[in-house]
Amino acid sequence: MKTVYFDHAAATPVRAEVLKAMLPYFTERFGNPSAVYDLGVEIKEVMEAQRARVAALLGAPPESIIFTSSGAEANNLAIKGAALANLKKGRHLIVSSIEHHSVLNSARYLEKFHDVEVTFLPVSRWGQVDPERLCCALRPDTVLVSIQHASNEIGTVQRLAELTAVCREAGVLFHSDAVASVGQVPIEVKALGVDLLSISGPALGAPKGIGALYFRRGLRLVPQIHSGIQENGRRGGTENIPGIVGLGIAAELARQELHQKAKRLQALRDRLVAGVTQEIPATFLTGHPKERLPGHASFCFEGLEGEALVFLLNRQGIYANTGSACASKALKVSPTLCAIGISPEVAQGSLVFTLSATNREEEVDYVLKELPRAVERLRSFSPVWRKKMAAVSGG
Amino acid sequence: MRFLKECKADATADLVYRVCPMHLLEPAEYLKDLHTGQVLEIVTDYDGALDDIPAWCAKHGQEFLGICEEDDDNVYRLYIKKLH
Repeated sequence: MKTVYFDHAAATPVRAEVLKAMLPYFTERFGNPSAVYDLGVEIKEVMEAQRARVAALLGAPPESIIFTSSGAEANNLAIKGAALANLKKGRHLIVSSIEHHSVLNSARYLEKFHDVEVTFLPVSRWGQVDPERLCCALRPDTVLVSIQHASNEIGTVQRLAELTAVCREAGVLFHSDAVASVGQVPIEVKALGVDLLSISGPALGAPKGIGALYFRRGLRLVPQIHSGIQENGRRGGTENIPGIVGLGIAAELARQELHQKAKRLQALRDRLVAGVTQEIPATFLTGHPKERLPGHASFCFEGLEGEALVFLLNRQGIYANTGSACASKALKVSPTLCAIGISPEVAQGSLVFTLSATNREEEVDYVLKELPRAVERLRSFSPVWRKKMAAVSGG
Repeated sequence: MRFLKECKADATADLVYRVCPMHLLEPAEYLKDLHTGQVLEIVTDYDGALDDIPAWCAKHGQEFLGICEEDDDNVYRLYIKKLH
């Protein structure tokens, strides 16, 4: 059976070039970078070369990059680390209401265990935070704002520079979760004006288990993994050298391929969006129609359940998701879709396609052939859909 | 411990929240970029630095000038003059 994988926000295959570069670091080049003998010193040099590559992708100095085990850990370190380092300045934190769980739950942890007050900021119907609304939410005791660069559920890209300008003027730190956007849209930390920014390896074709945090030089962070001198005393634990090599190579490739990749992804996405919205009635694109990730297409289909649609598509070899990979398993209705004003009933019918540059036009066409049939089939035995049709026909 | 009244420095190594032994490793890196006679300020929240930094200076032939008293945010400010 033909298989089409359109769930790259959940997991991606490791790129062949990346895997090849990583392999020696599992076997003959296994040294610990903290060791002072040659094998350790060589590995330390390799690690620093990868740090420079990751930094170059973000337009940052190498010493501003901390390697982590994931984007989630980078988010935890940014939010808890920066908030705890600034407790004397204030105990108020602002996050948008459509953040990833690693951001929302880090904020809730601070709320529960450190008496930090958290404001969950609403978003527009496209999923964007309004700078004026952010400005109004700032308080004299606000120490940190965390707003994602792009949503993995609805694809919307935030106007970060406008938001960071508000915080800079108020002297408030700004963190952004760029796990969904890295490698798809340009990220220049200085131009964006962020103080902290999280990325993860899988988004770039590096393996799971590696991520990184950019932090502005001079900024204090309370470590969240306590150990020794690794990552200059900011993140304990022996470094995952194969993962770091993978991330470094993937970052270098992403930097070289960014513009071409985005163009290709956008063409595939636009073909998919046009096909789906034209062919299938009572269907709409979620998130911003233009200011969105080039490889991201998310929809709501009225009168059906997204989960059932995922299973039907799976039987045709098509892999897609109903929302973020973690949320889709645990929740019936996505908080992100609720936050952009979609009714719980309609939000049940959400489906997210996240493409990669390895996807092809014929794969999009295969989805466009199978998806309308699957939607029609599910609607044929949906009481919600029958009720809607009866209302439309006046019956 | 010698307490300083005038606390001026040519460079600052901010090591607050950085775990031990960063307070001994990073100042050495900062000193490399300073000229002889210039002063490095070390900012740390690590109590052990009060013993370790003077001992490190004695061992490595640098001059430990003292500590600046500040009661703002529970950090210590220690000063080293580069001698070589």
